[in-house]
Amino acid sequence: MRKLPLLNAETRPFWTGGEVGELRIHRCDDCKRFFHPPAPVCRHCTGLNVVPTPVSGRGTVLTFTINHQAWTPEFTEPYVVAIVELEEQEGLRFLSNVVNCSPAEVEIGMAVIVVFENVEDVWIPLFERAPA
Amino acid sequence: MTDTRFLEKNVAITGIGQSEVGRPSSRSAMQLTVDAALEAIADAGLDPKDIDGVCSWPGDNSNGSSFSPVGPLSVMTMLGLNCNWFSGGYEAAGPLAGVMNGAMAIASGMASHVLVFRTITESSNRTSGSKDQSLAAKSGPRDGNFMWQWCTPFNVLSVVNITAMYTAAHMQKYGTTPEQLAQIALNARRNAVINPKAVMRKPMTMDDYFASKMISTPLRMFDCDVHCDASTAIVLSRKEIARDLRNPPIRIEAIGAAMNQPYLWDQVDLTANAMPDAANAMWARTDLKPADVDTAQLYDGFSILTMMWLEGLGLCPKGGSGAFVEGGHRIALDGGLPLNTNGGQLSGGRTHGMGYVHEACTQLWGRGNARQIRDPHVAVCASGGGPLAGSLLLVKD
Repeated sequence: MRKLPLLNAETRPFWTGGEVGELRIHRCDDCKRFFHPPAPVCRHCTGLNVVPTPVSGRGTVLTFTINHQAWTPEFTEPYVVAIVELEEQEGLRFLSNVVNCSPAEVEIGMAVIVVFENVEDVWIPLFERAPA
Repeated sequence: MTDTRFLEKNVAITGIGQSEVGRPSSRSAMQLTVDAALEAIADAGLDPKDIDGVCSWPGDNSNGSSFSPVGPLSVMTMLGLNCNWFSGGYEAAGPLAGVMNGAMAIASGMASHVLVFRTITESSNRTSGSKDQSLAAKSGPRDGNFMWQWCTPFNVLSVVNITAMYTAAHMQKYGTTPEQLAQIALNARRNAVINPKAVMRKPMTMDDYFASKMISTPLRMFDCDVHCDASTAIVLSRKEIARDLRNPPIRIEAIGAAMNQPYLWDQVDLTANAMPDAANAMWARTDLKPADVDTAQLYDGFSILTMMWLEGLGLCPKGGSGAFVEGGHRIALDGGLPLNTNGGQLSGGRTHGMGYVHEACTQLWGRGNARQIRDPHVAVCASGGGPLAGSLLLVKD
């Protein structure tokens, strides 16, 4: 049972793009760079022309951990938490889960692609091994 | 003489105090705080009426949460203090921010004697059967917290998952081994065994370390600090007055509070965190060098963070903390850089930040008894992990 994020004007595109199969990351129209988390201003250049922009959803596992601790009783199985860097830009990354494989198969450098888990009005962007 | 460039040099630590460190304690959070505060004030040779400033990080910012149940407002009220300045709050450069803010208040002339304290009751909170408050807060309604909203939807309810990822990245990039990481925990336990106030005093072997429960790969239970109930306090005084007090003054030689990265746990440098930002800023404010440090009291909320502080502070080469702690001799009480000499938070108890300052002063004043190191004059304290980082350089002339 995942805790859901509070959606607001800035974060809604990220959390709901999955409804149409899109991972949307904020991009600055002035300096043309992506940034995350979403904000009304670009943290690279302070530009205000920021646009949620669909990306490929492809990335690489920068680092990961297998959680074994049962934080609440429903956490019965180990799960993978990873930081994934998106292919669009060096340093463009966020924390997520790697799913649809055994935790033992995950490794640093693994190529992954986004998949979405829909809960209520949120489409949580997760990752699975990218097809070779 | 007043130093006009780096004003913290005009401030000294003049007294320290600490309540019992319980796991759990039967004393109330306020009682623990009063115990620590009165001990620190008396240690300085002062009377409570001399205290004209109070501060704490993070203060009571969450309705009496066990992470910080007592803030400056209640302490100044309970002790009947007349304050010219007071401050508390979370958004600052890590758990040493109370000391930094107090030093700046004195340096700017807002106060002459500032009581800095930190109270934590995470042990009694846990053993009372209630759900840990920080976890409970994260399992309530939708998450709008600036940091946690990017973590809890992915079932990250504790920063242990994130520090575990820092550890994995450090191991991948620099070849750091689990046996090297273990030295942080083993060193802490060796020192805790001879510290009567430490909460975990049973000797620990490498086998014990590897037998401890895996929490989040590659971090084990013994890589995580232990909850306790305690309050720690220090008195900061204007340097000119400090000379006339009971203890030889311990000068605040330099403060490091810089942060040049996004304040988000997944956006900071994954193998260095914010430590170099704070540390470089600190070294820029002093003529002293890392080689001058006689003892290091470095944050060990998770063992990897101590390794990153060793590197960030320049006490060992970048990426070289594994080799530096290998075998444990260099960081032992009789080694070249005695580390976390009271058992740190891993074995001494999670007094959270202020415990490092208390122990640095204990060593500098030669009060370490069985764990006393040889004639230290310069101590570095550092606290925080991820995007939280702050450091202090302390000197007893």
